[in-house]
Amino acid sequence: MKGLSNVFRQLRTYPSAVAGLTIIVLMVILAIYALVTIPYSEAVQLWRGGDNVWLETPRNARPAWLNYFYKDKMPETIVLRTTDDPSLKTTVDLGGGVSTSDMLLEFDYNYDGFPTELAVFLTAEYDSARPNVTMKWITPDGREIPIADLSVRAQETYRISQDTRLVRRLGGAQPEIGLFADPTNPGKVVKGTYQLVAEGLVFEEGSTVDASLVVYGQLHGLAGTDHRRRDITVALLWGTPVALAFGLVAAVGSSLTTMMLAAAAVWFGGWVDWVIRRINEVVMILPLLPILIMVGLFYSRSIWVILGVVILLGIFGSGILSYRSMFLQVKESGYIEAARAYGAGSGRIIFRYMIPKIVPVLIPGFVTQVPAYVFLEATLSVLGLGDPVLPTWGKLLNDAHTNGALFNGYFYWVLEPASLLIIAGLGFAMLGFALDRIFNPRLRGL
Amino acid sequence: MQNIETTQGRSVPARKRKSSSLGRILKYTLVRGTTLLITVVIGVYLAILIANGGGYVDEMRKGQIREQVSLELAGNQEMQFLTLKERRELEDSMVQIRTEKLGLDRPFMVRSFEYLWNGLTLNLGSAEYLLSDSGSRQVRNILGERLAPTLLLMATGQLVLFFSGVSLALFLSRRYGSFLDKFVIAMAPTSSAPAWFYGIFLILIFAALLGWLPFGGMIDAPPPQTAFLRSLSILKHMILPVLALIISSVFSTSYSWRTFFLIYSSEDYVDMAKAKGLSDRAIERRYVLRPTLPTIITSFALTLITLWTGAIVLETVFAWPGIGRLTQQAINLFDTPVIVSTVVIYAYLLALTVFLLDIIYSLVDPRVKLGGGGTRS
Repeated sequence: MKGLSNVFRQLRTYPSAVAGLTIIVLMVILAIYALVTIPYSEAVQLWRGGDNVWLETPRNARPAWLNYFYKDKMPETIVLRTTDDPSLKTTVDLGGGVSTSDMLLEFDYNYDGFPTELAVFLTAEYDSARPNVTMKWITPDGREIPIADLSVRAQETYRISQDTRLVRRLGGAQPEIGLFADPTNPGKVVKGTYQLVAEGLVFEEGSTVDASLVVYGQLHGLAGTDHRRRDITVALLWGTPVALAFGLVAAVGSSLTTMMLAAAAVWFGGWVDWVIRRINEVVMILPLLPILIMVGLFYSRSIWVILGVVILLGIFGSGILSYRSMFLQVKESGYIEAARAYGAGSGRIIFRYMIPKIVPVLIPGFVTQVPAYVFLEATLSVLGLGDPVLPTWGKLLNDAHTNGALFNGYFYWVLEPASLLIIAGLGFAMLGFALDRIFNPRLRGL
Repeated sequence: MQNIETTQGRSVPARKRKSSSLGRILKYTLVRGTTLLITVVIGVYLAILIANGGGYVDEMRKGQIREQVSLELAGNQEMQFLTLKERRELEDSMVQIRTEKLGLDRPFMVRSFEYLWNGLTLNLGSAEYLLSDSGSRQVRNILGERLAPTLLLMATGQLVLFFSGVSLALFLSRRYGSFLDKFVIAMAPTSSAPAWFYGIFLILIFAALLGWLPFGGMIDAPPPQTAFLRSLSILKHMILPVLALIISSVFSTSYSWRTFFLIYSSEDYVDMAKAKGLSDRAIERRYVLRPTLPTIITSFALTLITLWTGAIVLETVFAWPGIGRLTQQAINLFDTPVIVSTVVIYAYLLALTVFLLDIIYSLVDPRVKLGGGGTRS
């Protein structure tokens, strides 16, 4: 315990260690936050995104906070639902089961940019006669534009942006632009209050119709959205525990087993040592990534299977040689001789006497290894071998790359996961470098 | 004084042994070469075991044969006259013949050694989906076409990295404690990110924002007419990937090499050389660089192993038409023969890199030359 507090006292003198430790603590908090707010099953479901999960988010929207930096303010998504606010709907009974329900969906639009899409989602309850809805659009300067006349099924999606007849009526302009543009200056938005008037007509007793209008913006949430309308925040949040767990488990697992093997090799010597060294020579030259690719392709892409293989292959490498040379020194020390004299078995000597002696060297070793494994997960994901269900940072990069994010100017899509990766990597690397200097006094002067 | 005595005492037998130093280097190279070859053989065998784990690939190939045969029979007009039973029997016998022809009926252990030989000689038959640019299906042709770009990119990157690393490290050790020195130490942790990661940022800055350099690929489309312009175009496409390779490793390598240099510059014989009044350059070359080179080469070998691993994604990110990109395409198309052969090729490339460095090591390490110490561990 005293040794540990001593290490902390020394760590405080290295600014990079303090920064690294702070980053790691923040990452852990973020990971816990992600696990608590979005449970595993929900995260998987959100990221697989069925038909109805991401209906009301725009495609490829940039993060909303960018508006603070833009001179021309860009729109965020506006959603108006009659089910949320019954006052938007006025129902008049005309007798004989027939009634009108007029829905007035009204919103202020004070942005400089146009929306990216417009859609109306209609729901209706009826037995046999479908309700009818007539929609028109009223601009702030009082123009009335008829939009559509629909007979509504139980669930009806009317995408205003894809209505070709409306495009023709607007003189060839895309509806999301034509409905908002100033007629005298087509590149400019008319600011003010817009109205979508949907006049419903139901033909049965107890039959209802409801509408919701979605004006898809150019910006969304903290992190923006991807090509499938998914909120990137989900993957950024969930990528944190995945990356931390993968990096830490792989680093700890492989360095602990490496150390045990090295200790066994030194203690038993002879053919055990020889075999371990020969296996090490082979594994060091094995191309790690292609083998992982084969495992991912032919067996399982589950992150835990890959993790197991990574640990298995990570046991060998240059680490085992340096541990070996340290253990060779430890083996000669007097207390091992004493242990042998009182009759301690091999297992006891390895685990109780040899390994604890080396633990201080192990800690900086595995802390510096963590980033390599975090990036390995990202590397596999970029190759399209990411975990099939979990959202991770690497999968975001992969999606961004396959959809030409850089080429199309969706920089946020690449920069967000990339900066989280580099921040996490730097945190561990900086802490590891400082720990290395504390535990290896030989380096301290240099 | 003691130093001089020992060097003098050693120099006489050393001269006598000089005649056999070439033999020692040869022996060392031979031993290392054989070890590496055995390593590659074991590695490829492992790859084959993994690829064929649980007979999975065999099942797939048998399924393909059956499908092919039944398609052929269904398309054949003459088969219309046979009864269903006769057709079944014919189909079964054809499947049987083809399975035997491919040797799929023999036990796996026997075949695995045949696969091993085929793998080592890169005689891996034809790809399932991918074609070479010349239209060939042979895996060997596909790989042959992709090997040159990979070698060009990686060799350039590794050479530039080595020389820039050594000169930066020397410069830093001369200016120990300066701002640049501290900067490189502070930047050393950034090497935990692989090259492709920096590649993304480089593409973002130089291709997307500034538009100075291309997003990826190896040559302009359509390719320029003259050979000179073509090589210029390739050079232009190489700048960003090579830069990414260097950024990803130069800080940590020059940091650790600088530390080696500093350790060796504090030796007594360096002080002695200074006292003799030798120039800084001569001291560096004869007394610092020479004893450090073996250590540096060993550490460079480890760096290169990681660089080769990252090459697959680096090529993918830069759309460089090499083996890495081929691997990625094969993954997307699930082209088993191509994937297995890329594993073989990477095993060869890694072993070759290590072997080349071993030869250089044997040339610069006096222990190998003079037979003074053991082999490296």
